Amino acid sequence: MLLETVNKEARKSENILNALLEYQKSKDTNHISEEELAKLAEELGVTESRAYSIITFYSLFSTHPRGKYIIQVCNDVPCYVNESTNILEEFENYLEIRVGGTTHDGVFSLERTSCLGCCNMSPAIRIGEKVYGNLSTDDIPRIISEYRRKYDEEI
Amino acid sequence: MKKYNLAFITRNCGKIDPHSIDSYIEAGGYDTALNIFSRNCENIINEIKKSELRGRGGAGFPTGTKIEIVYKLNITPKFLVCNADEGEPGNFKDRFLLENDPHQLIEGMIITAYAAGISKGYIYIRGEYNKAIGILEKAIKQARQKGFLGKNIFGSGFNFDIEIYSGAGAYVCGEEFALIESIEGKAGRPRNKPPYPVSAGIFNQPTLINNVETLSTIPFIIREGAEKYTSIGTPSSKGTRLVSLSGNVNRRGVFEVPFGISVHEIIFNLGKGIPGGRRIKMVQLGGASGPCIPPEMIDLRLDYEEFDKNGLSMGAGAVIVIDDRHDILDILRNIMVFFRHESCGKCTPCREANRHILNILDKFIARTATEKDLSTLESILNVMTDTSFCGLGQAAPTAILTALKYFRYEFLSGIYKEFEIRNAV
Ligand SMILES: Cc1cc2nc3c(=O)[nH]c(=O)nc-3n(C[C@H](O)[C@H](O)[C@H](O)COP(=O)(O)O)c2cc1C
Ligand code: SF4
Ligand code: FES
Repeated sequence: MLLETVNKEARKSENILNALLEYQKSKDTNHISEEELAKLAEELGVTESRAYSIITFYSLFSTHPRGKYIIQVCNDVPCYVNESTNILEEFENYLEIRVGGTTHDGVFSLERTSCLGCCNMSPAIRIGEKVYGNLSTDDIPRIISEYRRKYDEEI
Repeated sequence: MKKYNLAFITRNCGKIDPHSIDSYIEAGGYDTALNIFSRNCENIINEIKKSELRGRGGAGFPTGTKIEIVYKLNITPKFLVCNADEGEPGNFKDRFLLENDPHQLIEGMIITAYAAGISKGYIYIRGEYNKAIGILEKAIKQARQKGFLGKNIFGSGFNFDIEIYSGAGAYVCGEEFALIESIEGKAGRPRNKPPYPVSAGIFNQPTLINNVETLSTIPFIIREGAEKYTSIGTPSSKGTRLVSLSGNVNRRGVFEVPFGISVHEIIFNLGKGIPGGRRIKMVQLGGASGPCIPPEMIDLRLDYEEFDKNGLSMGAGAVIVIDDRHDILDILRNIMVFFRHESCGKCTPCREANRHILNILDKFIARTATEKDLSTLESILNVMTDTSFCGLGQAAPTAILTALKYFRYEFLSGIYKEFEIRNAV
């Protein structure tokens, strides 16, 4: 049972989206592979194509392995006019990856996200379940090292 | 001094502890819900109709009328959905309400469900709102423990419970049928209308869908009465609404304002003006799918009739300020990137037009556009507005269409060398 890692409430088939999300969250690679998807579909009692249509539709899912921590940078207008592009570029330079990429050690992925609903603290980013706002490029090294430390502690 | 910032529905925000039901009850919470059981449904629906409350999710449909339609259907089960998918750039007022006063929403849902004869409610909330999800989960649990949710609520014979359903990153799921598909456990693609959700929604059962702010306003109206609510506002727009103010403005945030306030007052009195003494280049109203207006128009008042007369829409109440360091075409490009990403791909006009529009905008930005590009752009925008399958595609062109009207020289400067105004700042 792959879904054993997921809490009981989320295992019900009427809540497929949640079950899949919770399963993905339980993985260090933040993704669901095709083989896993086939098994998950069976466990949830739905067709594989239905499960596949879900994970390819919603942006919080990925079919490719990603980093343990996904850095989502918002670049929609309220953030954009508060220099979110600089934040994005600073992450790219600092992590030496492009948007959409993952660091070699598999710790970070960098993504662009649509508005996080935190425009009052733009420019805003989200890492895992945490939002960081009112950022300047100076904050980036600190945030990265915070997560590097967290990673080292957990491993 | 004129009072801009009213507290009808934000009165508890920042004052009570959102993690504690007792804190809400001490502030008078749930009293209203307990008092409704002695009233009949028509009576409550009439109060809401009298308040002239209109949906705060964007479309502005009269709330009382929608509840009445569902109430009159003799079909069970019926569902109530709170739309907390808030995903349109520039909007964050629903998150503010969810994080600061979750029980007010739950109370509003209880009252609405009772009035419409519904026993099952969902809160569909975007997956990114982790903090709000945690607060809501706790609030629902507490409300069940105290007996405000569940079977036979306080001996009234009325059953109602709420389940949270979280989305997974798709703006289109705020659209009613996309949301329903998503709750049914599918990819969130819109369905044909009619039939409308009120008659054939979740699993084809009658489904009442309302925005977080709309439902959070209901306890006030039932507690204080429609008359008090309508004493604020203008002849065509009653009460207060929440405004999400963002962009290049000194004080960003959520403000509860009376209808009739001007965009100018919102930006300068509540928002304390533009940083660095710069000037406004444009203001986008409502969110990414809303109109872009020039600084000359900011005396516009928040009023359904006044917006209508100007051919504008208020959307979910966002006010996004863009200062004069920015290039309008560049901002429009950013908006279209959002729509290209969020288009669900179900219908051709929206799926294809987003790409074409971006290609043409790039030519204007590179200043290599021709007159033909301008007419092609206008025709694509109109086709998209007229033929897209759902509200996403129908409203996506609004920003550019209004910019073509109010900032036409910006486009002309992409065609003709003599138009140098664009880079004047
Ligand atoms: C693409 C799209 C996205 C939408 N997103 C939301 C949303 O996030 N929240 C919301 O309340 N309404 C949203 N709406 C409007 C809803 O479809 C619906 O009109 C609203 O939830 C009804 O509630 P109300 O009458 O209380 O406004 C969206 C509409 C469209 C077309
Ligand atoms: S208009 Fe866009 S979002 Fe709506 S159904 Fe068509 S492709 Fe999907
Ligand atoms: S635009 Fe970035 S959080 Fe809204």
